[in-house]
Amino acid sequence: MAVSPSDIEKIAHLARIRIAPDQIDAVADRISDILAMVDQMQAVDTDNVSPMANPHDAVQRLRKDEVSELNQRDRFQTLAPRAEDGLYLVPKVIE
Amino acid sequence: MHTLSLRELADGLAKARFSSEELTRHFLARIAAHNPALNAYITVLEEQALAGARAADKQRSSGDVHPLTGVPFAHKDIFCTEGVRTSCGSKMLDNFIAPYNATVVEKMAAAGMINLGKTNMDEFAMGSSNETSFYGPVRNPWDTNCVPGGSSGGSAAAVAAGLAPAATGTDTGGSIRQPSALCNLTGLKPTYGRVSRYGMIAFASSLDQAGPMARTAEDAALMLQVMAGFDEKDSTSIDCTVPDYSASLNNSLKGKVIGVPSEFFAEGLSDAVASRTRAALSEYEKMGAVLKDISLPHSHLSIPCYYVIAPAEASTNLSRYDGVRYGHRCDNPLDLADLYTRTREEGFGDEVKRRILVGTYALSAGFYDAYYRKAQRIRRLIKNDFTEAFKSVDIIAGPTSPSPAFALGEKVDDPLTMYLEDMYTIAVNLAGVPALSIPAGMVDNKPIGLQLIGRDFAEADILNAAHQFQLQTDWHKQFAPAFA
Repeated sequence: MAVSPSDIEKIAHLARIRIAPDQIDAVADRISDILAMVDQMQAVDTDNVSPMANPHDAVQRLRKDEVSELNQRDRFQTLAPRAEDGLYLVPKVIE
Repeated sequence: MHTLSLRELADGLAKARFSSEELTRHFLARIAAHNPALNAYITVLEEQALAGARAADKQRSSGDVHPLTGVPFAHKDIFCTEGVRTSCGSKMLDNFIAPYNATVVEKMAAAGMINLGKTNMDEFAMGSSNETSFYGPVRNPWDTNCVPGGSSGGSAAAVAAGLAPAATGTDTGGSIRQPSALCNLTGLKPTYGRVSRYGMIAFASSLDQAGPMARTAEDAALMLQVMAGFDEKDSTSIDCTVPDYSASLNNSLKGKVIGVPSEFFAEGLSDAVASRTRAALSEYEKMGAVLKDISLPHSHLSIPCYYVIAPAEASTNLSRYDGVRYGHRCDNPLDLADLYTRTREEGFGDEVKRRILVGTYALSAGFYDAYYRKAQRIRRLIKNDFTEAFKSVDIIAGPTSPSPAFALGEKVDDPLTMYLEDMYTIAVNLAGVPALSIPAGMVDNKPIGLQLIGRDFAEADILNAAHQFQLQTDWHKQFAPAFA
């Protein structure tokens, strides 16, 4: 399936990735090529086949709802591009 | 010392023929001499390795130790290593100092093994040539104009050139086996759930597995023994007994049935690789195994299926890189949207962006059933092919990759051609079964690999078959001439 440049803009927005305007057409071509290859799947009848999410059909293992991790906020925030007083700083969202 | 196997190095240490410090210095010196030409390492941990080696020597002199205590190795730069940059080959994590250890890192350290450094890789493990790395391409020690394969290309080149005796790798669609084939190594992708994924930076969570890359099956067995096991911290880890992988290496293959899928010898395989692979398979007949023609009828769908499932999972996993909590952040963001979109534009390379976009598309409203659900149904058909085949065979064998190492730059601008590199390896990840690649000879003076695929959790069977092959052949003993 071919995707148009406007499709790419929509997907890029969903993925939160900026694509330079002069790159959009090239990206659309590449993604269209990949989707065309992927479309080989559509020729196969899978109506009676159930989807497989895990190769062992395993389901999520649950654990007791108990605190198991120490609070390491200060340590983790040393990795942050900007943090202050225990808070991550981002550009102003609300005036 | 750099041409010895892990087993031989462990013996040498046990018999005090050399110390861990001497061994570690030897490898560090080789890295200093040869890494500039190969670019196999992103980070070399000289001081830490030497401190670890001295501690290992002390420990060894004072009593019982794990046989691999003091043996050096390298970690793919996808495993979080506390206090050490863990980049995953990406600009996004160029400044990321991991605050904790991956379970695999913990286990290797607990065995007393010495981490020489972190090896180069395709960005976020997305690639088959190690050319998508932010840190530049890795060169193949067998021909430095060629790629080493990917995504574990740095690990493969490091071991093949004697810059480490073994290394860890990860394999989502062939990333341990294909570079092992292209660099003349023995590399094993375990059963999904066998080795903990905790602290291993996620690409496609239902496919990713870590495994050993070494020179011999015996070494791969030793290393897998250290890496494998249930882990509470990985919600997809499987609680299943880990056998002694070395104990069954010498089992006879008499009467074992090896299935050879016709689909693995069809269009796309180079003639020279096909005949070399057939010649390797005939070795098994000499050992008393029986070759049986089989079919994996949905093989042709594995690449289309994978290029929906892997990107879909990647788009989800990589949404965490937002420029807020760690990693790259763009300069002077205008607002929050600009912060996210520009950080991700700058931090990710082209192939990673492509896969995030494909995955986002496949998961988006209106396309989810046609792409993601469809791929999950095809995945079951592929798994069923293996289940059916294993009713009548013990092992499945064929080529690891369709051709030997190719030239740097040859395929990097053509993603669809690059994707075909993994045409024989990807189905294995979709099915979750274990597989390994072993050296199977030379084509145009470059190594090729034989792939052995086993039943779920039957790593011991394929290691046994690999070891028996290595008792009869000496391809695995051949060392890249320029680095001998």
